[in-house]
Amino acid sequence: MPTLKFSDKSYSLNDSETILDGLLRQGESAPHSCKTGVCQTCLMQVVEGEVPPEAQKGLKETLQSQGYFLACQWSPSEDTSVKLPGLEDTAISASISEIRSLCHNVNLLRVTPEEGFSCVPGQYLTLVNSDGVARSYSVANLSHQDSYIDLHIRTIPGGVFSNWVNEKACVGDQVHLRGPAGDCFYIAKEGKDTPLLLAGTGTGLAPLYGIILDALSQDHTGPISLFHGALKEEDLYFVEALQELDQTTSNFSYFPCVLNGEEGAFYTCGDIQEIVLTALPEDKKELRIYLCGGPDFVNSMKKKTFLAGAASQNIYSDAFVVRSSE
Amino acid sequence: MSLFEKIGGEDAVNAAVDVFYRKVLSDDLISHFFETVDMDKQMAKQKAFLTMAFGGPHNYTGQDMREGHKHLDLKEEHFQAVAGHLQSTLQDLGVAPDLIDEVMAIAASTHDDVLNL
Repeated sequence: MPTLKFSDKSYSLNDSETILDGLLRQGESAPHSCKTGVCQTCLMQVVEGEVPPEAQKGLKETLQSQGYFLACQWSPSEDTSVKLPGLEDTAISASISEIRSLCHNVNLLRVTPEEGFSCVPGQYLTLVNSDGVARSYSVANLSHQDSYIDLHIRTIPGGVFSNWVNEKACVGDQVHLRGPAGDCFYIAKEGKDTPLLLAGTGTGLAPLYGIILDALSQDHTGPISLFHGALKEEDLYFVEALQELDQTTSNFSYFPCVLNGEEGAFYTCGDIQEIVLTALPEDKKELRIYLCGGPDFVNSMKKKTFLAGAASQNIYSDAFVVRSSE
Repeated sequence: MSLFEKIGGEDAVNAAVDVFYRKVLSDDLISHFFETVDMDKQMAKQKAFLTMAFGGPHNYTGQDMREGHKHLDLKEEHFQAVAGHLQSTLQDLGVAPDLIDEVMAIAASTHDDVLNL
């Protein structure tokens, strides 16, 4: 059994146990979120040991060359020594410039980086608060044009980070940003006249809204359809802005969908999955599909739209993982 | 020219993977073997398999095939179903019959390892 050194203490790792799982099992607190090698919250740096390439997947080359890796993706077979990343190497500082309620359970958090932070709308970044708690959120504005980054934070009952946003965070507070990551974004060279279909639940709207703004700012001419799904009417947000965009932009259509809604309202009643599937265009060869939100929704819709005829390489997705504990 | 080149190389794999995987997922006899959470990972596996079957570069060994399928308790009918979808995919894409025969021979060579015989 290999030994793991972390923060001046020694831990034992079981056979094929990841560094993250080993630390958590032995009561050590280590930052983590998705545990699937995607969110990069569990970033660590090797002190001694040979990092396998799969534990550095998706990291910038500058981080790879300094021995940074994802603790949820490395199961060492030899003795290893690792440490938490220093914020100065891996993150840039930013300040909170606005906190605004978007609906009863979503806040908009606007952060202004103190130096260049290059990210594309639809990608996600890791936000580290002053208590060192880190979570991933999607970029929901034209971050490369604006001087700030808009993030939509859903309030999770008992959630450490979202409650910090709700109760403690103030305009002017310093936070840190790490990343960005993710490949769910608009690519103009894949065709500006192709139809785009975007579907998301809850704060899955954040990356989709960013992607739509990005596509429109790059003069996308093909039809753009947005389906936003919510359980109840009050869970919808950005409704007026999206309705206005629908009315003023000839190639953009907004379809709010509410599962437990009332007939005759401004939205469509029913399951967003069924609503989207019936709305798929006849010709799906060029159709580009963007799916964001809970993993059940995203994974199910990936498969259903693929089976309905969409090309797998034209399906972009970002499944949000909600951290269950704490 | 190798089989892989004759059939069209990586472009042929990319063209075949959607058609093949859609057939497999739509077949109730075998779809449950492929219903892992992550479609992207499943897709990558299908590409690796098709690359091998098309005579392309691959890292599969008979032992890998055996280990990778052992826990699934596969029967002859499951193997034949996948082979059938492979054949009809190639037919859909208009691959020449003699090349299809070569691909099917490579696929058939995995039979005993896949079924752990």
